[in-house]
Amino acid sequence: MSVKVSDIFKKYTMAIALVVIVIFFQIQTGGGILLPQNINNLISQNAYVFVLASGMLLCILTGGNIDLAVGSVVCFVGGIGAVMMQANINVWVAVVVMLVGGLLVGLWQGFWIAYVKVPPFIATLAGMYAFRGLSNVVLQGYAVGINNTTFLNVFGGGADCYIPDFLHGNGMNITCMIVGVIAVVIYIVMVFRSRIDAKSKGYEVQPIGIEIVKMVIISALVLWIFYKLANYKGLPTVLIWIAVVLLGYAYVTKNTRMGRYLYAVGGNEKATNLSGIDSRKVYMFAYVNMGLMAGLAGILTVARATMAQPTFGNMYEMDAIGACFIGGASAYGGEGNIFGVVIGALIMGVINQGMSIMGVNANYQTVVKGIVVLVAIIFDVLSNKKKK
Amino acid sequence: MGNIILEMKNITKTFPGVKALDNVNLKVEEGEIHALVGENGAGKSTLMNVLSGIYPYGTYEGDIVYKGEVCQFQKIKDSEEKGIVIIHQELALVPQMTIGENMFLGNERGKKNAINWNETYGEADKYLKMVGLSESSHVLIKDIGTGKQQLVEIAKALAKNAKLLILDEPTSSLNETDSKALLDLMLEFKKQGMTMIIITHKLNEVVYVADKITVIRDGSTVETMDCKAEKIDEERIIKGMVGREITDRFPKRHDVKIGDVNMEVKNWSVYHPLYTERKVVDNVNFSVRKGEVVGIYGLMGAGRTELAMSIFGKSYGTNITGTMTINGKEVSLKSPREAINAKLAYVTEDRKGNGLVLGKPIRVNTSLANMDGVSDHGIIDTDREYNIAVQYKDLLKTKTPSVEQNVGNLSGGNQQKVLLAKWMFTDPSVLILDEPTRGIDVGAKYEIYCIINDLVAAGKSVVMISSELPEVIGMSDRIYIMNEGKFVGEMAASEATQENIMAAIIQSAGGGDKE
Repeated sequence: MSVKVSDIFKKYTMAIALVVIVIFFQIQTGGGILLPQNINNLISQNAYVFVLASGMLLCILTGGNIDLAVGSVVCFVGGIGAVMMQANINVWVAVVVMLVGGLLVGLWQGFWIAYVKVPPFIATLAGMYAFRGLSNVVLQGYAVGINNTTFLNVFGGGADCYIPDFLHGNGMNITCMIVGVIAVVIYIVMVFRSRIDAKSKGYEVQPIGIEIVKMVIISALVLWIFYKLANYKGLPTVLIWIAVVLLGYAYVTKNTRMGRYLYAVGGNEKATNLSGIDSRKVYMFAYVNMGLMAGLAGILTVARATMAQPTFGNMYEMDAIGACFIGGASAYGGEGNIFGVVIGALIMGVINQGMSIMGVNANYQTVVKGIVVLVAIIFDVLSNKKKK
Repeated sequence: MGNIILEMKNITKTFPGVKALDNVNLKVEEGEIHALVGENGAGKSTLMNVLSGIYPYGTYEGDIVYKGEVCQFQKIKDSEEKGIVIIHQELALVPQMTIGENMFLGNERGKKNAINWNETYGEADKYLKMVGLSESSHVLIKDIGTGKQQLVEIAKALAKNAKLLILDEPTSSLNETDSKALLDLMLEFKKQGMTMIIITHKLNEVVYVADKITVIRDGSTVETMDCKAEKIDEERIIKGMVGREITDRFPKRHDVKIGDVNMEVKNWSVYHPLYTERKVVDNVNFSVRKGEVVGIYGLMGAGRTELAMSIFGKSYGTNITGTMTINGKEVSLKSPREAINAKLAYVTEDRKGNGLVLGKPIRVNTSLANMDGVSDHGIIDTDREYNIAVQYKDLLKTKTPSVEQNVGNLSGGNQQKVLLAKWMFTDPSVLILDEPTRGIDVGAKYEIYCIINDLVAAGKSVVMISSELPEVIGMSDRIYIMNEGKFVGEMAASEATQENIMAAIIQSAGGGDKE
């Protein structure tokens, strides 16, 4: 069995594009973009994109539906948390309230979208205005600082936003390196286990050569990133949250019934309904889940800034939507995955950061972002056309 | 006799990996109706797309000679300028626009930047008259029926000054009366000197209108029959299409014991979901026994699909009344889920729209209605799912390289098999099959009939809804006849003939031909 190079290229177009973009900036910034500090910043600054885009992907899967309110919800939820902590309310109570707050927003929007059939665009546009306004109400127009160290440490804000090195390495964070090695070992074991399992049941498996090449590339990449981080300040706390979210959603979309329903509703809602699946519950799930992720992103955002401001979260929804589409999610629903979302978020993040390092005017940065989204979709449309 | 208006010589068209057309030759005489027949995927539509310039010159090999000159069409406009107009199976009309607007869409009357509406509607009315439509051209497309929409398409073609009209499956969504009217219109045009090519699956229509019949099989022309030179009947055409004589279009059922009543529906009435005062299904009573195939015959619009869907967990209609028992127990099914749990399955007539998720693989489609069967506590066991899909693929002889193939890439017959697999996997006791063989070719039809026989042999009950009389008579044990929302007759298959079924329908309409 042979695998065509063009097929691999098609499957990993955006991953390859990411590599090309990184190389471009590596040259343009004289090696600046791959400095440990910048890799660290890439992760920390874009944490909200990974989290929001994971939630957004589920909405998009149901038929290209988006949630425009998430930016406002991030601000609203963050504001509530900041105000509560300032009033010396227990930090865990505040965290639960923030997450539940996000969930309730999702429930509110999901209800109108799923059961009353308000078009998602409009329902969430309304939410975008309303929750932006409510953020202002909560914060009374002012910035509210957060100095609760437990909160900041757990959610990766302030000075100590790294997992401490329990092993006290000299100049290198050994804990970080060990975590990297463990992650790679687990990954390799899982790949081989699933391969042996598939073979024993007589299913088709990828040629071993390709599998190994893929595995070596991914392992090397992960180890390299962890090595860089270890040489800087160690493992950013927020990376743990990102990893949990991404792995969780990769599992939900691939292996659970609800995940399957999301794809089915996006692929053919009528057929799904007639198969005994209530598509309203599927929409509800997607939007409630989006609300929860907006809540988490709100927590991460205010932790990172160590305060809440009425302008926080502006345009976050667009970053999340952009990451999904760049990552190959179909604007008509039914197609897309978490791997793509990661790539999409990284592409946007690298471009932002690369241009910042190069000193490109911030206004032009936004222009470039817009062009990248368009180019990605053009790519998607053209490659789908060819398939026919 | 007449002179050749069109000749397609040695046309070969290759898609990546497939040779769709292989050295096809077609000769059409001026003023004749030429029928193009062949099984699904034989290449009929591809050939017409080559002719009309949808596949531009250079993407195929061979020559198109029209009125003595070699044509090199780059786009549809080029062929339309010469008077070659194609009417596609899927109607190309905008529902929210008027008939007149639709008719001149892309071909507007008036100056370049100013549409002359008087001229538009005036001419539209003229062409409407030619196709026998009495509607005003100001009426919106969505407010007229499919039969009339089809006529608008033809009027639109005439407005383009068509000399050679190509009709791709023009009657596929029409009921019998409208189909007949359309075919008669074609004969009328022929008298006026128009040349036409018709692509159709319905062989009785071919026999009715065609002067010549060209058979395409696996991308090559097999033969051209001249209906004037010899008497051509349906059997003769089928023989050409499948390459052998099909002696029996319906497989025999052996020793299937018909048991107790399995499902019974009493006094069932359903109202239209939007126009709630309109009764779509009117006081229907019927039953089906174990091991029995019950046919429900009715023309399109008789309320058959509405009846079936309202039974299937109220997935159609409002204000549904009546009682229903399955296996002796009275049930009230409020959602498709409850219907599935009550061991009822509804295999839709619209497999692309209501049945399958085309962008997903066979494996995913097979398990969609019974996710419990492939998952534990909400987690899918992909291995089990794969094995089940393979099992059904082998059982139903679905032709596909693998169950990971997207359903959208399969032919109609194979899609239908995936749809059947999906519902068989829910382990139903009663299956309602709505037009199970619509739009699929003769060979695949036979296989579907065999599956139906296997189902009843396993003690299940099958309700088969169909608008094809030979199929209803050939496959059913008992037949109900439906017209305008009511059941107007019931007969054993042994005493059913095409004549007495049609008679029952005409009688119920009160003998008059009121619309």
